[in-house]
Amino acid sequence: MRFFDWFRLSRRRDDSADKARERLTVLVALDRQGGGGPDFLPLLQKELLEVIRKYVEIDQDKVNVDFQSGTGFSTLEVNVELPNRLLEARAS
Amino acid sequence: MSKVIVVTSGKGGVGKTTSAAAIGTALALRGKKTVIIDFDVGLRNLDLIMGCERRVVFDFINVINDGIRLNQALIKDKRVENLSILPTSQTRDKDALSQEGVEKVIDELRKEFDYIICDSPAGIEKGAYMALYHADEAIVVTNPEVSSVRDSDRILGILSSKSKRAEHGDAPVKTHLLLTRYDLDRVQRGEMLKLDDVLEILAIPVLGVIPQCGSVLQASNLGMPVVLDDKSKAGQAYKDAAARLLGEDIELRFVNPEKRGLVDWLFRRSA
Repeated sequence: MRFFDWFRLSRRRDDSADKARERLTVLVALDRQGGGGPDFLPLLQKELLEVIRKYVEIDQDKVNVDFQSGTGFSTLEVNVELPNRLLEARAS
Repeated sequence: MSKVIVVTSGKGGVGKTTSAAAIGTALALRGKKTVIIDFDVGLRNLDLIMGCERRVVFDFINVINDGIRLNQALIKDKRVENLSILPTSQTRDKDALSQEGVEKVIDELRKEFDYIICDSPAGIEKGAYMALYHADEAIVVTNPEVSSVRDSDRILGILSSKSKRAEHGDAPVKTHLLLTRYDLDRVQRGEMLKLDDVLEILAIPVLGVIPQCGSVLQASNLGMPVVLDDKSKAGQAYKDAAARLLGEDIELRFVNPEKRGLVDWLFRRSA
């Protein structure tokens, strides 16, 4: 009964829908990254990161592996973002 | 030009069959020659929702594998002109669906019907692939709930990569969001994902929002598509969705709180 809802107004508003939205946004973005490409992509990404880390200290999210399948051929795009200070160190 | 529309979701229990039955019926009520096909081989339920379960003699699988003519398996609805149902088999499994067999049936139906509604099984196994393969458009049925939204996103990925249109490099399957079991009270209390949240995540246009409504269960109890219940809000929302499918520009209903008088407000009266 709406009349009694009046007393519930003092209660905290449930914010679980906001939590759901946040979790889903992250999850769906991850799903989309992983989807469509071959199974070995995550492992490839991890190993590439390890190899690069032997030479340069970079964060986990700085290696991006993107797989595009087209008609006849597919492309694998690897993007590695290097920190600024590396270039500065080399220049000096 | 006939259109093949798959009603799909990934997740089970979100209202695919209810929606396929309701939208198919609504299209037929608008004068479009419509057939609804049950692709859920082994878990035949469309006939039950449509109330023609006792009239099934031959089915989709008999047409594909046993040389039964399509006209022997099609069931004409007794309430709505222009509406037919193609039931599936309750005893066989998804392997009974062959790519060529399904293609042949769809091609034949295209000659006779304006709209071919494919009611997909849940999951992303063979049955679901078969149901979406020939689609020109897809209605992605989603509940405002995390697992359903995630699965819908997965199905959207499959539609854009595994459908016939994708394989042939044709224009992509046109996708529509149908948000079902929408409980406005819970949305307002912050307990349920709202339409805008789901739209933002899935990024496809909305075909309709179906309010949570007791009349849906009632209609299924009776074997009557919910659009035939004039008093049902869900039925009205499905009719709106069908009209949008036909290209009409209709404002969404049941997504904003109704204005209520003081007495209604005090006693929380709702239709």
